[in-house]
Amino acid sequence: MTRPRNYQTEVIIIKKTKLGEADRILTLYTPDLGKIQAVAKGVRRPRSKMAGHLELLTHSQVSLARGRNLDTVTGSQTIDGFLPLKSDLELTSCALYIVELTEQFTADHDENRPLFELLLKTMHRLCRETDRELTLRYFELRLLDLTGYRPQLGQCVSCHQSLKPETNFFSPRSGGVLCPGCQRSQPPAHSLSVDALKVLRWLQDSDEDAAGRLRISKLLSRELETLMRAYLRYLLEREVKSTAWLDTVREQAAL
Amino acid sequence: MNQEPALPADAVSGLIQALNKLPGIGPKSAQRLAFHLLRASDEETRLLAEAIVSLKQNTKLCSVCFNVTGSDPCRICANEQRDRTKICIVEQPQDILALEHTGVYSGLYHVLHGAISPTEGVGAGDVRISELMARLGDGSVSEVILATNTNLEGEQTALYLSKLITPLGIRVTRLARGLPFGTELEYADDVTLTRALEGRQEL
Repeated sequence: MTRPRNYQTEVIIIKKTKLGEADRILTLYTPDLGKIQAVAKGVRRPRSKMAGHLELLTHSQVSLARGRNLDTVTGSQTIDGFLPLKSDLELTSCALYIVELTEQFTADHDENRPLFELLLKTMHRLCRETDRELTLRYFELRLLDLTGYRPQLGQCVSCHQSLKPETNFFSPRSGGVLCPGCQRSQPPAHSLSVDALKVLRWLQDSDEDAAGRLRISKLLSRELETLMRAYLRYLLEREVKSTAWLDTVREQAAL
Repeated sequence: MNQEPALPADAVSGLIQALNKLPGIGPKSAQRLAFHLLRASDEETRLLAEAIVSLKQNTKLCSVCFNVTGSDPCRICANEQRDRTKICIVEQPQDILALEHTGVYSGLYHVLHGAISPTEGVGAGDVRISELMARLGDGSVSEVILATNTNLEGEQTALYLSKLITPLGIRVTRLARGLPFGTELEYADDVTLTRALEGRQEL
């Protein structure tokens, strides 16, 4: 897509890297242009007028100037700074996790408006008092939907028989659930309890508000997390970096 | 192969290349510096060269606060005049220079050498937090001042440290976050303004 010389867009800042003395390269997620990268000049100086509007996890309106290689940010105005989120250690960790996933699962200039909206809604949702774990699981499943990795939960991915209410298996490699019979011939797979499968299906097919009404036990929550992590790790072929920090923070909160 | 003796120009271009690697020095600046040094007195260039060599040879990290120092413990940690009940936590040694320049603070420091940055895989174990906790263990410190940067990584680090330190019964404070001196209000972002309002003071 050809962009005009100067353009404006709504963005969420999902990544930043240092560039030179006082500049940064920002990775921005936009509704119409997908993921873009832009240079923000001078934002590491204390008197930068833009710095506060271009911090990670900020929803901003920015003006950009097209460059030969990277575009340059020429102005920015915060729409939502997510202050409640940034004042809480655990919430910040959760939010960093979802922006890292977004960054990893998208390619530059690949427009995906529903994903932008999902990201924004999830950040708002984290600010409100809800089940954080479920919010994260809902985000992961929707993200997989929107990027083409929707796990197959309806029937066994191997024999296509409908699943019985018993312990089934989730296979990251096959991208879905295997029945106990097929699992034996296609390891490795993680065991998947009946309740976990129900929750996954429910999250996959309901809207945000319905997903928010769900209440589940700690144990089930852990099972789902382990499962999703295994699947995400398989798809990305690497660890999601911020999960390690998420665990540290949670451990510390439990003390 | 027939090896020609190194021409002076090679020495110059070698220096230009070396200078070019420094932060903020582009090829033109590097050239300008190199030719400036070429014209400078022998004394001047020798002092510069010696200063650079001694930078690596004669510095180490203070075993108490991890500041960059020539002697261990560093001058600040060794100074009996300083208030030993306060420790100010900073991300890098340069931050100590900035704080010392104000002349307002008389306590001790602790340099973390970084900030927690989950998306870059920098966790609590990658900065000097365990060393800090060991320092706080003896009960002589009554206040910890968190002076990490006010960006997201610095804030995360501060929040994490306060969770770790508060249970020890030590007072944890954070540097005030508000409007920088000499700026205009209209350009301030929401987070800064919100905190500036919250932290307002009687005149």
